[in-house]
Amino acid sequence: MQLDQLYQEIILDHYKRPHGRGLRDADDPGDQVAEAHHVNPTCGDEVTVRVATDGTVLHDISYDGMGCSISQASASVLHELLRGRGAGEAFEVHEAFVELMSGRGQVTPDEDVLGDGVAFAGVARYPARVKCALLPWMAFKDAAARAGVGVSPEVKA
Amino acid sequence: MTSIAIPSGMPQYDNVPRFDVARVRADFPILGREINGHPLVYLDSANTSHKPRQVLDVLDEHYARHNANVSRSVHTLGTEATEAYEGARAKIAAFINAPSTDEVVFTKNSTEAINIVAYAFSNATLRPDADSRFRLGPGDEVVISEMEHHSNIVPWQLLCERTGATLRWFPVTDQGRLDESGLEDLVTERTKIVSLVHMSNILGTVNATSRITARVREVGALLLLDCSQSVPHLPIDVVDLDADYIVFTGHKMCGPTGIGVLWGRGELLAAMPPVFGGGSMIETVTMARSTFAAPPARFEAGTPPIAEAVALGAAVDYLTGIGMQAIQWHEKELTAYALDALGSVPDLRIFGPTVPVGRGGTISFALGDVHPHDVGQVLDSLGVQVRVGHHCAKPVCSRFGVPAMTRASFYLYTTTEEIDALVAGLEQVRKVFD
Repeated sequence: MQLDQLYQEIILDHYKRPHGRGLRDADDPGDQVAEAHHVNPTCGDEVTVRVATDGTVLHDISYDGMGCSISQASASVLHELLRGRGAGEAFEVHEAFVELMSGRGQVTPDEDVLGDGVAFAGVARYPARVKCALLPWMAFKDAAARAGVGVSPEVKA
Repeated sequence: MTSIAIPSGMPQYDNVPRFDVARVRADFPILGREINGHPLVYLDSANTSHKPRQVLDVLDEHYARHNANVSRSVHTLGTEATEAYEGARAKIAAFINAPSTDEVVFTKNSTEAINIVAYAFSNATLRPDADSRFRLGPGDEVVISEMEHHSNIVPWQLLCERTGATLRWFPVTDQGRLDESGLEDLVTERTKIVSLVHMSNILGTVNATSRITARVREVGALLLLDCSQSVPHLPIDVVDLDADYIVFTGHKMCGPTGIGVLWGRGELLAAMPPVFGGGSMIETVTMARSTFAAPPARFEAGTPPIAEAVALGAAVDYLTGIGMQAIQWHEKELTAYALDALGSVPDLRIFGPTVPVGRGGTISFALGDVHPHDVGQVLDSLGVQVRVGHHCAKPVCSRFGVPAMTRASFYLYTTTEEIDALVAGLEQVRKVFD
């Protein structure tokens, strides 16, 4: 196996220098704030994702957690990609990421949609690690739903 | 190697039985595999062991030549299958020095074996006529330890929830040993059963049980030892151990998956109510009620894993042929070598005993703050197979303040060259994550 496909420079960069790490309160007191804590029971990785939103725009996505490079880098990329986006747009990115990770390496990612998330294309070829990459994204989905911005029903994740 | 001379008249190093590791390795077809372009370096035998040709052949031969159901046929194949199944039971009884073959109950694995004991307690609690040793209620206590595999924690938590009994546990010391300092307060007249791991699947610690056994006898409780990690690696004698039950699993000792053992003192098994109901475990059945067979059949409802049991018998023959004492010594040498070699890796922290005494060949560690998943992934790219995660022993991880550990574990086919490959692989991990 090609280890560098899994551990792309982008992933290692996000792992070593995570963006936006740490749980934060909302800047705007009018925002709905909610969080979700997800664990991977097979390895013990944990992540908490917090969403602050006015119902239209995701003003902040903050997170904290402990785990492997893949799960922690994935949280950093999630923050980077979705913070400040409109909810509808954010869920399109979410859907694209889930599709990429479920594709067993057969899905060609669109860099315009996924940004640094394309680096995870290699991870999709390692079934044991797909859950690591998805952990923060699943926590995000739950947190967003609790903050009142649910995924529209036709989007399957 | 050593400058310390052993006084004459004492056992010398040369007296220890040994075996030819290269010849043993040739018995295991899988060891010839390549992984990601590298020779397989399998350091995950505490998880499951590999199977020698001698065991695989018996498994194949059983289905090809002797396949039939057991204990219910008068035909030739049925008789052959029954003889093979019961013959395996006798081999396993001899392997652990059980006073009687009938004390060996075949189960699916150790987890099922522990659950059978826990549910026998539960069932006894519901029957007013049951033996009082198995009846539990508020005020009664079950004692385990912080060192247990989840399979020796959860069944007892559930039992305590069902019965109102209280669960208590031995702590673990910083060195990864069982903390027996509170023994007198922990094991008391209120204790009905103490269930402890004999060798830790995560720390490698082999628990010296004699003080605990003495206390258990003093207060009239029962003692179960989870020998999943010890029976495959050390000579085990149930008379010597003086436990009431031991459990172990076939796939960690060169046998197939799906077969395990509950050994219990004959008199205790005979006093326990059944757990699973069905075929083979009955004496007679009417529409209103049933009476039950004597052990071991009482605890083996339904068609058992016949071929698996027979193959476990072959595994026991294989291990006996090499000699459990020789296997124990081989692993002791490997452990001493590995502790030394791992000690030379910068930023490496070993969890559990760091001396090759009172421990087996299972070593868990952390490499700096690199997550074990990442350690395992890089090692896998070099053909080195280790286990990463919480090892079904989350309380041990919590005890040492980490979410997960990396674990290397050895067996009779492990070589010092494989430990060198691990150490070289860890250097590679450091390069990727530095």
